[in-house]
Amino acid sequence: MLEYARWKYILVGAVLVLAFVFALPNVFGEDAALQVARKDRAPVTADAIPTVESYLKEHGVAYQKAYIDSGRLMIRFPNVPEQLKARDAVNEKFSDTYVTALSFASRAPEIFRRLGLRPMPLGLDLRGGLYLLYQVDVAGAVNQWLEGYAQDARRSLATANIPFKDVTIVTAGSSERPNAIRIVLPAEADANAARTALGSSFQGVQLSTESLPSGSAVVATFTNAQIKQRQDDAIQTNITTLRNRVNELGVSEPIVQRQGLDRINVQLPGVQNSAEVKDILGKVATLEFRLEDMSNSALEAVASGHAPLGSKLYTHTRFGRPILLKREIIATGDQLTSATSTQTQEGPAVAIKLDSRAGDAMLKTTRANLKKRMAVVLIEKRRETTEVNGKKVTKDITDEQVINDATIQGIFSNNFQITGLSAGEARELALLLRSGSLSTPIYVIEERAVGPSVGKENIDKGVNALIIGMAGVFIFMAIYYRTFGLVADAVLLANVVLLAALLSMMRASLSLPGIAGIILTVGMAVDANVLIYERIREEIRKGVSPQAAIRAGFEKAFSAIADSNVTTLIAGLVLWVFGTGPIRGFAVVLTLGIATSLFTALMGSRALITLMYGGKKKLARLSI
Amino acid sequence: MEFFHKQTNFPFMATRKVWYTLSVILMIGSVVSFATRGLNLGIDFTGGISANATFAQTVNVETVRSGLVAAGFHEAQVQSFGSSRDLAIRLPPEPGQNAASIRPKLETAIQSIDKSALVQQIDVVGPQVGNELKTSAAWALAFTLLLIFIYIAFRFHTWRLSLGAILAVIHDPILVLGIFSVTQTSFDLAVVAAILAVIGYSLNDTVVVFDRIRERLETNRRLAPDIVLDQSINQTLSRTIMTKVVTSIVVVALLFLGGPVLRGFSEALMIGIVAGTYSSIYISSAIALDCGLTAEHVFPSEKKAVLDSRP
Repeated sequence: MLEYARWKYILVGAVLVLAFVFALPNVFGEDAALQVARKDRAPVTADAIPTVESYLKEHGVAYQKAYIDSGRLMIRFPNVPEQLKARDAVNEKFSDTYVTALSFASRAPEIFRRLGLRPMPLGLDLRGGLYLLYQVDVAGAVNQWLEGYAQDARRSLATANIPFKDVTIVTAGSSERPNAIRIVLPAEADANAARTALGSSFQGVQLSTESLPSGSAVVATFTNAQIKQRQDDAIQTNITTLRNRVNELGVSEPIVQRQGLDRINVQLPGVQNSAEVKDILGKVATLEFRLEDMSNSALEAVASGHAPLGSKLYTHTRFGRPILLKREIIATGDQLTSATSTQTQEGPAVAIKLDSRAGDAMLKTTRANLKKRMAVVLIEKRRETTEVNGKKVTKDITDEQVINDATIQGIFSNNFQITGLSAGEARELALLLRSGSLSTPIYVIEERAVGPSVGKENIDKGVNALIIGMAGVFIFMAIYYRTFGLVADAVLLANVVLLAALLSMMRASLSLPGIAGIILTVGMAVDANVLIYERIREEIRKGVSPQAAIRAGFEKAFSAIADSNVTTLIAGLVLWVFGTGPIRGFAVVLTLGIATSLFTALMGSRALITLMYGGKKKLARLSI
Repeated sequence: MEFFHKQTNFPFMATRKVWYTLSVILMIGSVVSFATRGLNLGIDFTGGISANATFAQTVNVETVRSGLVAAGFHEAQVQSFGSSRDLAIRLPPEPGQNAASIRPKLETAIQSIDKSALVQQIDVVGPQVGNELKTSAAWALAFTLLLIFIYIAFRFHTWRLSLGAILAVIHDPILVLGIFSVTQTSFDLAVVAAILAVIGYSLNDTVVVFDRIRERLETNRRLAPDIVLDQSINQTLSRTIMTKVVTSIVVVALLFLGGPVLRGFSEALMIGIVAGTYSSIYISSAIALDCGLTAEHVFPSEKKAVLDSRP
């Protein structure tokens, strides 16, 4: 008699039923679909459906079904041409309210969607799309932040009437010294008074005094944690801004995520035109609000070739004439919380909102400079690699452009409007301002575009290899181990279902290396069965009774199965941790596959074999 | 059906000098080839541009290459990719490169050869990404080996088995690298993944043998170690071969049906599986034996006193 605890049967049964349900949505396939979202990101309501439907009918677009899915309108089509026709029609009519995106919708019955059961998302290599890897200039972000503190120091000291010689930023760079701001004071200045004056804007920063031959210096030292915090903030701001911009693109199921220390990876399924996307995503820019230098002539500066002290000359302006701006920066792009084009009594305008720190600075500036002019500079950065004497030199190129110059009509702080624009100008300025709110420069360092037909081909090839490979294994096992081989085949099938269920549950996107991982799992999952069966055969050769041989086979093979799988698991986990993109996809499948095959081979196959042979009192021989 | 109906009894330990020699020759060959020819690194590692284009008719690789050179892509490498209508085009890293600017140029160039030619896929990788990948791949490899060394030492109580396993396992990726450098097959990230998988699988075999060694040593403490090792390898031989046959079935399916994207990956797996099977049968246990493995190392229990009391 062979026995197997009832709870184990129940566990195996329950897991398999659940796995089957979770894996089921994958078998229905997908339809070409159009995803329609509201521009203002409010959820689309059901009453939008008839409007869009009747409009599509008018245009002779054959659609299958229109429904609301997580706040978006999804329209399914029988084929891609109809999908494209529908997109053009909807864009033409509704482009003011809606953003459209080409997408795929599962053909699974609605009940699955309601229950949150969805097929595995497909990776870019299987669906087609655009992959971008951005490098975030964290060093630049830290520098900008320190510059802000340096300016606060100058301002605080000036307000408190404490003379100072110099305020410099000490960046950590490669040396061991920490990031700091060094304020050199003349002999007559009191270092303690200076420290008190700095106190309010340098909260949480460690201040120390050094005595110098010519006077003293106050050094504000920043801890590594503070710098790290700033770097993380910079990356987070970029991710948020990139997400917003991606949403403006109307891509379905986009991925924007941090990768490693200072990178952001963006995956845009279905996107083909990388030029268009990078125009919107890649405008890596920041803003500076500066006062115009009204006491000097910009034209003179152009003629003489240098700007007067305390001012900077800008020749690249949107209004065509050169302009002189004061060096002091009132506010920067990262302090801009929103910029929208609106309609006011004085005509179209851009409404601007700043954070409180910039608001304070703005209040002080406008109070002192009423009726003077203030300009906004948009700074765009790109990285260029050139070859100098056979060596590659990467340099950062900065384009500075004055995008607006307006008279300060009243005293304001963090809420104000720029007026005197046409509707088109207002929209454009708002967009430019928003794009400048991305505070830290980012650069594309990797880019991959996969055509949709390549994706389709990759799926077909992967699935083909999977089917043929599995069929080969099944036939071989059935021939070699007969009845036990069939048990192994059933267990293998359960393993694939379980793996598909896990991947669907985790929403881990499936890539071609991922499919390779599934195929390999099938090959390797056999191993546990082989270990057990070979052991059973060995026991039978020793003359042990069939049922005792089965029991011994499972028990003695256990340690070998466990130890050998742990070593493969180690390799899988390391790949998972170190790998990115498709490699991680492979590692995820490999690791999960080891877990599922352990479960199915040790518990599933034992349950099945006990069920088949356990009850029989007399068992003459095994079909193995 | 059964391939190993009778218990085999191959003298693996007695002939180990032969296998050592064979392995050393293979290793030296691999290292020499690796050092002199290097690897044909894909753009994952070197940075640069890689594009796949599909043509309406069969095209001549040389025609396309000269067309690209004429269009200003001076160092273009062109290879057929999967079929005679699909070509892989590779360009070195270029200053200020991006897919948006390269694509139209490339499309114009190939469409002057075949009007309906299309760029299906384009990858642009910055040089710094490639350099980092080399480092992180090397770290991943080193880290995996270290963890496995610790795990085996922990589970089998002796560094001798750990060392045998690690040396056998280092043997396999070196051979894969050697063969990739001889054939100049494109070496990309997927191949690195395959190599790490190979390490996992090769160890899998080694550990199964070790597990049997542990079991045999526990029950036959007085048997000479080389006999125990021979018996253990022979007793697990049917399983080792069977598993590899089955795994090979799926890898062959991948190799022939997975398409060009997975070609390098499947080739590395195939080589690795063969090498891994060889090394876990012939190398890993033999090294442990030459390090002086005895039952005492695996079971240093209180039974020691009993052994010592013998005359």
